Amino acid sequence: MHKTSVEISGMGHSMKRKEDSRFLQGRGNYVDDVNLPHMVYGHMVRSPYAHAKLKSINTEAAKKLPGVLAIITGEDLAKANLAWMPTLFFDKQMVLATGKVLFQAQEVAFVVAEDRYTAADAAELVEVEYEELPVLVDPHKAMDADAPILRDDREEKSNHIFHWEVGDKQATDKAFTESAVNAKVHAVFQRCHPAPLETCGCVADYNNATERLTIYLTSQAPHAHRTLFSIVGGIPEQNIRVVSPDIGGGFGNKVPIYPGYVCAVVASLTLGVPVKWIETRSENLQSTGFARDYHMTAELAADKTGKIKAMRVKTLADHGAFNAAAQPTKFPAGLFSVCTGSYDYPAAFCEVDGVYTNKAPGGIAYRCSFRITEAAYLIERAVDVLALDLKMDPAELRRKNYIQPAQFPYKTPLGWTYDSGKYEGALDKALGMVGYKEIRKEQEEKRKKGELMGIGISSFTEAVGAGPAHTFDIAGIKMFDSAEIRIHPTGKAICRMGTKSQGQGHETTYAQIVAQELGIPAKDVIIEEGDTDTAPYGLGTYASRSTPTSGAATAIAARKIREKAKKIAAFLLEASEEDLEWEPGKFFVKGAPGKAKTIQEIAFAAYTNIPPGLEAGLEAVNYYDPPNLTFPFGTYICVVDIDKGTGEIKVRRFIAVDDCGNVINPMIVEGQIHGGLTEGLAIAFMQLIDYDENGNVSGGSFMDYLIPTAVETPHWETGLTCTPSPHHPFGAKGVGESPNVGSPAAFVNAVVDALSHLGVKHIDMPITPWKVWNILKEKGITG
Amino acid sequence: MAKKELIKLKINGKEREVAAEPRLLLVHFIREQLGLTGTHVGCDTSNCGACTVLLNGKTVKSCTMFAVQADGAEIMTVEGLPSNGALHPLQEGFKEEHGLQCGFCTPGMLISSYALLKKNPNPTEAEIRWGISGNLCRCTGYQNIVKAVQFASKKMAQGGK
Repeated sequence: MHKTSVEISGMGHSMKRKEDSRFLQGRGNYVDDVNLPHMVYGHMVRSPYAHAKLKSINTEAAKKLPGVLAIITGEDLAKANLAWMPTLFFDKQMVLATGKVLFQAQEVAFVVAEDRYTAADAAELVEVEYEELPVLVDPHKAMDADAPILRDDREEKSNHIFHWEVGDKQATDKAFTESAVNAKVHAVFQRCHPAPLETCGCVADYNNATERLTIYLTSQAPHAHRTLFSIVGGIPEQNIRVVSPDIGGGFGNKVPIYPGYVCAVVASLTLGVPVKWIETRSENLQSTGFARDYHMTAELAADKTGKIKAMRVKTLADHGAFNAAAQPTKFPAGLFSVCTGSYDYPAAFCEVDGVYTNKAPGGIAYRCSFRITEAAYLIERAVDVLALDLKMDPAELRRKNYIQPAQFPYKTPLGWTYDSGKYEGALDKALGMVGYKEIRKEQEEKRKKGELMGIGISSFTEAVGAGPAHTFDIAGIKMFDSAEIRIHPTGKAICRMGTKSQGQGHETTYAQIVAQELGIPAKDVIIEEGDTDTAPYGLGTYASRSTPTSGAATAIAARKIREKAKKIAAFLLEASEEDLEWEPGKFFVKGAPGKAKTIQEIAFAAYTNIPPGLEAGLEAVNYYDPPNLTFPFGTYICVVDIDKGTGEIKVRRFIAVDDCGNVINPMIVEGQIHGGLTEGLAIAFMQLIDYDENGNVSGGSFMDYLIPTAVETPHWETGLTCTPSPHHPFGAKGVGESPNVGSPAAFVNAVVDALSHLGVKHIDMPITPWKVWNILKEKGITG
Repeated sequence: MAKKELIKLKINGKEREVAAEPRLLLVHFIREQLGLTGTHVGCDTSNCGACTVLLNGKTVKSCTMFAVQADGAEIMTVEGLPSNGALHPLQEGFKEEHGLQCGFCTPGMLISSYALLKKNPNPTEAEIRWGISGNLCRCTGYQNIVKAVQFASKKMAQGGK
């Protein structure tokens, strides 16, 4: 790829971010910063019980409080047929409870008042009478004969949601019968929460003069949300405008539509004034989209040399009270079947059962493509168990089984077609960076002295960038994405996309794509996303899909503009199009570089000196449907030291070698990797949304749902290899989620490796010092 | 609603006099009464530090103080970082070193870093990490924030602010 000048700052430049200035000066515009005239505030009344009959709601005292404007209950919503709403996955969920509540912190009533304090006061005054019901917390008991049936609204009187299987069971079972070694691991990927630093919220503003509803919304998918609001709420779509303002992190948490949004809209429609609703942190952790809660068993069949022959997976998925998983409709377990990983073997079989429990609904894609974190964690854990069983080095076992570069495009036994990969290259680079031989030697010596040190490897393959549209959709809407580029007469540009940045730096990276393709300096290109009135339709930003989809659309729209620019240049230069050559920023006559027209001159002519027969203006739009997913990969190596006395784990080093194909902005890619690794660290060691036997949630505030600070977070060492995607217009793959997908296994493998000589094969996350200390105590290592 | 109290304070160099309920949190006072929305609310439990402001030269989490407690105080928020028309070296450092992504923690991070450099103009990496440990960031993994503070420390030593 031609590298442009710093002035143009096309792809490959670590351009400083265009969005930073406003954030650095306190001039961002997040949803809670939106203040409209006559705006009022909503506050949610929530259930203290995990499972209870709703006997009565008395709102009299609350209504009498001065400043209270309205109180909405489930019964009120039922009159408008809005007490329930569809989830993104063939289920429905209560907006406000009617009949009974199914999880602690469930939405029961919505109070609207003139200010946020009065709304909170009034919520306290709403008297709700409950009758407790037996609580189902353990998903393993969901299908027991004596389990309480949670969803009496469903025809099927069972807590079982779905059974899904994929692969060749017979061939897999046969491979297991014939193989010398069967390594097995049972691993729970615990329930955790994306917990972006900004919680969810909205300002719903219905103007009864224009009959238009504007919703300022913490939305990763504003266009899809507009359509769903229209279909579910019966409001004509042209009368709804969704605006995603600046978003303080999303990580999948801001993909679903939550009851609070719907209540704010209903309140604004009723009262005719803007209604703001902003979650507290506890509401965010306790009621909005959780992630994981996958209880998985993996088996690997192999021969004595360590060549893997087959994989068998059985998983129980806890979806909570409603199946509100945000995933494409053909995939009840998302992309979990990418669990065969980076390895070449002919047979695999995977089955997943989903169940209801009395917990918050969700199953969202927390910084990953729909359950791919669970998949990558499982295979990378299983490979380490196999290495332990075979007494083989885990790096060498991986090397022996990698899919080889010549095998791409590679069809996996569970049906995915990987686009490209050079797995050994990433492994070798990571091994080199960590000094693998030396560090293994150090471990051996430390072990002799009784010190605990471990090395964990993870060689993950990610699958990102959904579509293609024939396979992927959200609630029926196909997963293409879009870009529109408009060049102004002076050669500057504004571009709009169907995606929505939540910190990924789109205002910079998309501008760099335009700069690369058209030679217009990136600083002269404004990027605007998130306003459904102005941006072309798209499915939004999650699943690392922005660069694979809207990024591709940007390049293709720019190329359309270049085609037209060529016609204008030919006219201006009085040359034929065939005689023109392009270099970023100008067309020139072959062999006469002095005879040239810059893109800025061409843009001016598009409005002032239009060639006969050509339309005025210089703009283009593209809706891009990718032919396949892209498959970034990498190898991560973690080195830990464990304190024998306290069980405390110190991550001494962490090497991350990523391959995301061609890179738009190396600085931003590195930043994404740092952030994703830190979330991986949090998942491996800290983050847990847990419930007691009564369904009381623990982990419902930042006092007990732990987020790493700068002190716990190690210094990350990063590296890149580059294997372009063969089908993406500029060979990029997407990167934001790789570090979160690939790293949990590296952390856990390192801790297990430190303790493997004591007979430890697996520890479930989060691996706390308490867990490790108990193991050390049990093994007689500490007193 | 309780009777409002008149609160007089100096914020970012400007004298302000605004009446507020005694129970109004300082962060809501700053954001909603004074219209300075750079200071954010991230957790309600003083864990995340998005609401950090400088109060009489010390960092406080403004979600954990009542506005009336700030009566007579001098406050600095992100909007008041001394700049002389350009970015403060810390703001410049965050931009140069990619020390922010979604930007939500950034105002609090900047204030904590500012207070740290006032007290310790040349901190080690460990001192920076401890200095910002009351501020959570969900995006950056902190490494580039550390570099941003180091950038500012160097620049300020060379005669910045």
